[in-house]
Amino acid sequence: MSRTPSKRAAGPRIRARRRDLGIRQADLARTLGISASYLNLIEHDHRQVGGKLLSAIAAALDTDSGQLAEGAEGAQLDGLRAAAAQRPPGHQGDPLEDPEAIAARFPGWARLVTDQAARIAGLERALTEMNDRMTHDPFLSESLHDVLSSVTAIRSSSGILMGDGAMDAEWQARFHRNIHEDSQRLTESAQSLVAYLDGAAHPERTPMSPQEEVDAWLAERDFTFPAEGPDPDMAPPDTVGGAARALIADLLDTLRADAAALPADRVADAIARHGTDIPALAGEMGGDLHRLFRRLTLFPGGIGGSRAGLVICDATGVQTFRRPVSGFDLPRFGAGCALWPLYGALAAPAIPLYRQLETVGRTPRRFDAYAVALPHGVATFDTPPVFRSAMLILPARAQAQATLRVGAGCRICPHPDCTVRREPAIVALTG
Amino acid sequence: MGKRVLLIEDEPNIVEAVRYLLTREGWAVDTHSNGATALDAVARRRPDVIVLDAMLPGRSGFDILRDLRTAPDTSAIPVLMLTARGQRRDREMAEAAGASRFMTKPFSNSDIVDCLRELGGHDAA
Repeated sequence: MSRTPSKRAAGPRIRARRRDLGIRQADLARTLGISASYLNLIEHDHRQVGGKLLSAIAAALDTDSGQLAEGAEGAQLDGLRAAAAQRPPGHQGDPLEDPEAIAARFPGWARLVTDQAARIAGLERALTEMNDRMTHDPFLSESLHDVLSSVTAIRSSSGILMGDGAMDAEWQARFHRNIHEDSQRLTESAQSLVAYLDGAAHPERTPMSPQEEVDAWLAERDFTFPAEGPDPDMAPPDTVGGAARALIADLLDTLRADAAALPADRVADAIARHGTDIPALAGEMGGDLHRLFRRLTLFPGGIGGSRAGLVICDATGVQTFRRPVSGFDLPRFGAGCALWPLYGALAAPAIPLYRQLETVGRTPRRFDAYAVALPHGVATFDTPPVFRSAMLILPARAQAQATLRVGAGCRICPHPDCTVRREPAIVALTG
Repeated sequence: MGKRVLLIEDEPNIVEAVRYLLTREGWAVDTHSNGATALDAVARRRPDVIVLDAMLPGRSGFDILRDLRTAPDTSAIPVLMLTARGQRRDREMAEAAGASRFMTKPFSNSDIVDCLRELGGHDAA
């Protein structure tokens, strides 16, 4: 087994955590059933620790084994792997040094690489969107078509008037009139184009898609809303673009409706009695499970102190709401893992789905995932229902009999023998 | 006897200008402005050359061209395709659909006159 720097760093974190809690080394050793000298070696990184023992230490220190094993570098590691995934085609095969070593030894550089990769991805997206807009924006293409048609008619008519050769007065008057008409039309199309471009220039000044702007806004406020729902006068911030403002306004309305349907005292009372027992909470508060998921995820103080993650996607699989939970990676762009119950739920609409998930990676973690796909909007005989799926993620309450190993998207998933892998991983596969 | 050209275009002022130009050149000019019924117009008028706009109400010029090329009666008629978008993709689509020539708006009067002269043979004028 290789000694990677970040694994070496687990010792001091264990020591620091133990001291924070005021537990003596000998007492912790006894709890763990190991000798104090062995624990001492671990704390000074003279012994590797992993697997069951690390989990036991984490439990004894009331923390997460991932936190002890990876610490702050954990987040950087995922970022570095994602950055590696974005390498240009010609460099995909180049050997990369161990990201764990980089994250541990040069955390500042690791953060820089991670931030830059995120920014590059954002810019690439913005470019694609602008390109799409030039090609597909119906208003833009219609306006340009109008401009070109008017110009064509004017050019042709004026060419006829300017040409040699006799022309009777009636034709002359007709072409003059046509040019006049077309120049008016041209003026209108040009003006509406300018107005459109003027209006579009401001909202899109940030190199982010509207959904990313919403995500950033939510992250900035740490997904915090009053227990009674957003204040009636709370408005989307001016700092985001028009499209993101509309998305945020929708979200605020939804959250207000959620709070009205599931009043704060009722939710608090149910959480106090059931804790993170989602089936019990659903049994009691029932109704619209998406509403319940949102309400629970964003309830101040979490679900009995546990922070829940929530992903919502539409029928295309595009994520429209993303509240991450520590240890369970949600890819910033693109699809997640095809094994997520989020997607499975879409195949069995309206049927609640429970799965215990185990993340693939050096420090596997278990999560309880609850998913259900529900129709959105009103279906009619002309319009089929469109389903949205939501998945609530909580650190596992207890070890389930069967767990499903999932990743965070194929490119950065080290699962060695996944049967549904869509594309090769750019990280080393693990056992 | 002049040759017949069918101008399928929905912008009335472009139609008027082109009709004037081509008539002066000795063409018998018929016009049609609806994409959906363009094939009927071709069958009725039996033109020697067709000038076809790519963006028509009712039906795309590319689709019309594809149908013209698959029907034995019309497969050999020279077609000049007009488009308001000079993008390479449009040109490729026009070529794939079987356009004899391709011209982007705004074109000059001499361009269209010369082009039609070539497509119709030199005896038109």
